[in-house]
Amino acid sequence: MNNLFSQFWPYTIDGLSLGAIYALVALGYTMVYGVLRLINFAHSEIFMVGTFAVLGTLHLFGMPANVGGFALVGLVLALAVAGGVASGGSAVLLEYVAYRPLRRRGASRLAALISAIGASLFLQQLFARLVIPKAFNLPKEKGALPVQGHFAHKSDVVHIGGFELPNDKLIVIVGAVLMMIALDMFVNRTKLGRGIRATAQDPETAVLMGVNIDRIVTATFALGGAMAGVAAALYMLRFEETRFDVGFLLGIKAFTAAVLGGIGNLRGALVGGIVLGLIEMYGAAVFGSEWQNVVAFSVLVLVLMFRPTGILGESLQQARA
Amino acid sequence: MRSRFFTVVGVVAASATLALGASACGGKSKSGGGDSVTIGFMGDLTGENSGLVIPPKQGAQLAIDQYNATNPKVKITLKTYDSQGKGEQAVPLAKQAITKDKIAGLIGPTFSGESAQADPVLEEGKVPNISSSATNAALATHGWKFWHRVIGNDNVQGSGIGEFIASSLKAKKVFIIDDASEYGKPLAATVKSTVEKAGAQTSGDSIDVQGSDYGATVNKVKAFNPDAIFFGGYYAQGGKLIKQLREGGVKARFLSGDGSLDKGLAQGAGGTNADGSVIGCPCLIDPSGTASAASKKFATDYKAKFNADPAIYSAEGYDAATAYISAIKAGNTTPEKINDYLSKIDVPGVSKEIKFSSTGEPTATDVYVYQVKGDQLPLLGNAKNATVK
Repeated sequence: MNNLFSQFWPYTIDGLSLGAIYALVALGYTMVYGVLRLINFAHSEIFMVGTFAVLGTLHLFGMPANVGGFALVGLVLALAVAGGVASGGSAVLLEYVAYRPLRRRGASRLAALISAIGASLFLQQLFARLVIPKAFNLPKEKGALPVQGHFAHKSDVVHIGGFELPNDKLIVIVGAVLMMIALDMFVNRTKLGRGIRATAQDPETAVLMGVNIDRIVTATFALGGAMAGVAAALYMLRFEETRFDVGFLLGIKAFTAAVLGGIGNLRGALVGGIVLGLIEMYGAAVFGSEWQNVVAFSVLVLVLMFRPTGILGESLQQARA
Repeated sequence: MRSRFFTVVGVVAASATLALGASACGGKSKSGGGDSVTIGFMGDLTGENSGLVIPPKQGAQLAIDQYNATNPKVKITLKTYDSQGKGEQAVPLAKQAITKDKIAGLIGPTFSGESAQADPVLEEGKVPNISSSATNAALATHGWKFWHRVIGNDNVQGSGIGEFIASSLKAKKVFIIDDASEYGKPLAATVKSTVEKAGAQTSGDSIDVQGSDYGATVNKVKAFNPDAIFFGGYYAQGGKLIKQLREGGVKARFLSGDGSLDKGLAQGAGGTNADGSVIGCPCLIDPSGTASAASKKFATDYKAKFNADPAIYSAEGYDAATAYISAIKAGNTTPEKINDYLSKIDVPGVSKEIKFSSTGEPTATDVYVYQVKGDQLPLLGNAKNATVK
């Protein structure tokens, strides 16, 4: 308890920056679920691909070290673009290879779920056995080890009313919130966004109204994947290390955040991510870090008991412009 | 299913190879005027942790080659068994070694997990075995008569590091972190009780090895404001932990145990974050030979033979082989006679005095400390009298 009160601000900042990353990844789960009623379990690997794209971009820049201030903001922007393109692209490819053929043949949702799990394992092992050793010139058996890329200068601190805010966490929180707002506006204000909402609401009617479902599904995967790519850039800024199974635990947490906020609901993903991040940190402060996950999932169960549809509940198909 | 199939195939193939090898050797052993005795070496020689096993194998090889070069009455043949570090492979290989190859003694198995499975077989077969690197404390509690090790167990390590923190670093407030593993948790607990006995104040936390954010732990450390931090766990998490502690503005000295004795610690920490951290290990890695004259000679001979610096556990592998050599020199060539000799042995080794207690533990309790500098881990000295610069 004492820990929580004496270090309340750092715990809050840590919770917010962790929650912001959960929220961005949660968007991918929530959007795909909203449109296809499918839980895309390979989304965690889409995130993993993003972290490696970010690492590769850093190497292209000659592995800069100790970047601080506005140069860091610029660099993170470039990394976010690289991560977004790589993750968005691989999400589209994933949909094309693993889900579309099943959808065309009218396979059951369970088949798509198994396909998702298979794609997830495939991507993990492909990276551990082939891509990582090749790309980083490592001996084959070292592909499962973490790969580092240290680039940020992190001792800069921004002072806000007597509180200290480390630069990397500030960039993570601000970056994630900006992406969320942009996506929310895109889905609510553009023609393509309207198509996504229409498909989520009632796919058959949407088709009758002239919506091209395949295009909408591709766009959904691309957008969700791009968000995971941005999350990957922010994650690499925060932790500067990745490995082939980096997405596993984070994916489960992000999926939890999506359910906690209300699956299918974009704003719910933000709320769910932030709430989950804060609960984890406060829970760890009071009960010890080893109880972090126990506390978080207990809260999830409690919330679902009283609000089975999540905190915000309302889903994508009901969202109005 | 598939993996079991391959295991079976692997074992059959390995047995076939061994049988061929054994018959070939069997022909040679009585020829050339002298008798010979076979000593086995078992460990992960080709798997992903072979980096921890090749050095002790080379240490043992060096000791035996040096002995054979003196043209003794009874020569020693070193026979290797590649267990891949897995208990299910170590067990059939141990049976093979006892019944077919009729080894007089075994160096290994090298890891604690495979030891727990293969040691009962060796006990039943009445074959003495000396491990160069299995440090789990519980291995000594089974009442095995033929089991020995030439490395201090995790409790010895924990109290050695704890004493170093209390007496050399003179830390009054120590924050203890563990990774909640079977290795890290008891090690951290021993360090904690040792520094508390010396009058230090402690606080602690456990981290989740799967997680990547240790922010909660960092904030706790900040609130406690310790002089020293001990982490019981492996280097992959240790490096990340150092990084996040330093980023959080924590400047206290970081210490850890042999699980963190790896270049990966400094790589994970990034930049110079890990510099000055102190890593303890019951093992002696001393390429420059600063620890003793014996260590100096060992390092020179090892370099001359393998064209590489002695690495982790190579001195212990050498010492385990030395124990068998002195038994054979004293005229003991059967497993049971060698085992009797081991219960009374008292000879100087490279890493420590070779002398066993009745449970098979080494009586020497030396723990060595290493200080991170760049991505290197040079020896600082024996934890009993080393001082940090």
